Amino acid sequence: MMPDRPIWRSGVTLAIVAAFCTSLVALTWQLTADRIEENRKEWLERSLQPALAGLFFDSPVTESMITIPPPHELPGSDAAVIYRVYAGETPVAALFVVSARDGYAGPIRLLIGIALDGEVTGIRVLEHKETPGLGDKIDTSKSDWVLQFDGHSLRNPEPAKWAIKGDGGQFDQLTGASVTPRAVIRAIKQTLTYFDANQVAVFAEPPKLDEAQESD
Amino acid sequence: MSIGLLERFKIGLWRDNPGLVQLLGLCPLLAVTATFVNGLGLGIATLAVLMASNALVSATRRWIQPEIRVPIYVLIIASLVTCIELVFKAWFPDLDRSLGIFIPLIVTNCAIVARAEIFASRNPVGTSIVDGLVMGSGFALLLMVIGAFRELLGQGTLFSRIDMLFGGEPVRGLVLAENGWLLLVLPPGAFFSLALAIAAKNLIDMRRKESSAATPRRARTLNR
Repeated sequence: MMPDRPIWRSGVTLAIVAAFCTSLVALTWQLTADRIEENRKEWLERSLQPALAGLFFDSPVTESMITIPPPHELPGSDAAVIYRVYAGETPVAALFVVSARDGYAGPIRLLIGIALDGEVTGIRVLEHKETPGLGDKIDTSKSDWVLQFDGHSLRNPEPAKWAIKGDGGQFDQLTGASVTPRAVIRAIKQTLTYFDANQVAVFAEPPKLDEAQESD
Repeated sequence: MSIGLLERFKIGLWRDNPGLVQLLGLCPLLAVTATFVNGLGLGIATLAVLMASNALVSATRRWIQPEIRVPIYVLIIASLVTCIELVFKAWFPDLDRSLGIFIPLIVTNCAIVARAEIFASRNPVGTSIVDGLVMGSGFALLLMVIGAFRELLGQGTLFSRIDMLFGGEPVRGLVLAENGWLLLVLPPGAFFSLALAIAAKNLIDMRRKESSAATPRRARTLNR
């Protein structure tokens, strides 16, 4: 026979431990939140640069940010971020930060730079949880895979060819990972299509309008 | 306790190594050891969680009813891992990005809950922390050895991206060859490397046993 201990005692113990653990996490979060946000911004600044390759622009890109809340036609169900790139008053390109939702292990956060003529200026993977050694080759620190899209647009190749070679498309696949490249390519294609259709609207919106702003 | 510190380290690093002998925590062990730095990073994170969880479990062992001890271990370990993840995101953002999901997955490392159950729940705080240190070091050391082995043969470098730990510009580390044996970087390479490590340990243990058994009679002929 087990010693007869009232069940509420176990409940109380669990509650105390849970409260303690929650405060521990909350405290750590308090101490790290600012730094984490700082790191994220710094990382963003750093990682926006490659998507601007070959463009002439003269204003700080991060200041022309707009946020498009869901639902929108861009990839991902979270808010999409767009940085507009200007040379003087003239729009030059737009950088999209979107999520490919159908990655192998959670969403893949992508930075997609598109010039005004619809050509990809550069693509980088900002955040992902893909399998190390396989899907993580979408990351430029592991392989050059993501560079192959530079200079392509919806006219080059035609939309049907925006797929990996194994699926009858034009782009290289990744050994051992098919879900990951498919997700990335689909997201790029969707973003290109969006920019094609909404170019005027993207540049019409004043910068820094956040959550409250309704998107078309 | 009767066992000295040195003896404990021998147990954790060699005799009862969590990875080599107890075969615990194989998921992260196999997944992140493609490079030395990744192995070291996850090793440090695991070591920190293990020491802290051993300390907490041991400190609370007298008033935790045995029926609910497992959910409590889970709570403690999960919160500690969340804290470590936040710390990594704040101070080692590159490493955190490189290890990805495997930092939060430390929660599932059986080595940690095993030490809580087997050791920390029955021993005083000090000894439990030492046990966490020793077992965590054993695990971290194995991660580093396998990481170094796979990186060296798999991509021909050593200590690449060490900047993720110490800051500075991205570095390729010691480049010994331009290309490596891809198999070792891929997941099967992790299994082969671990198998080789276990085999090597068993071989050394066997040799030792043989020689210690043989020394009394054939000391002259065997020892040079």
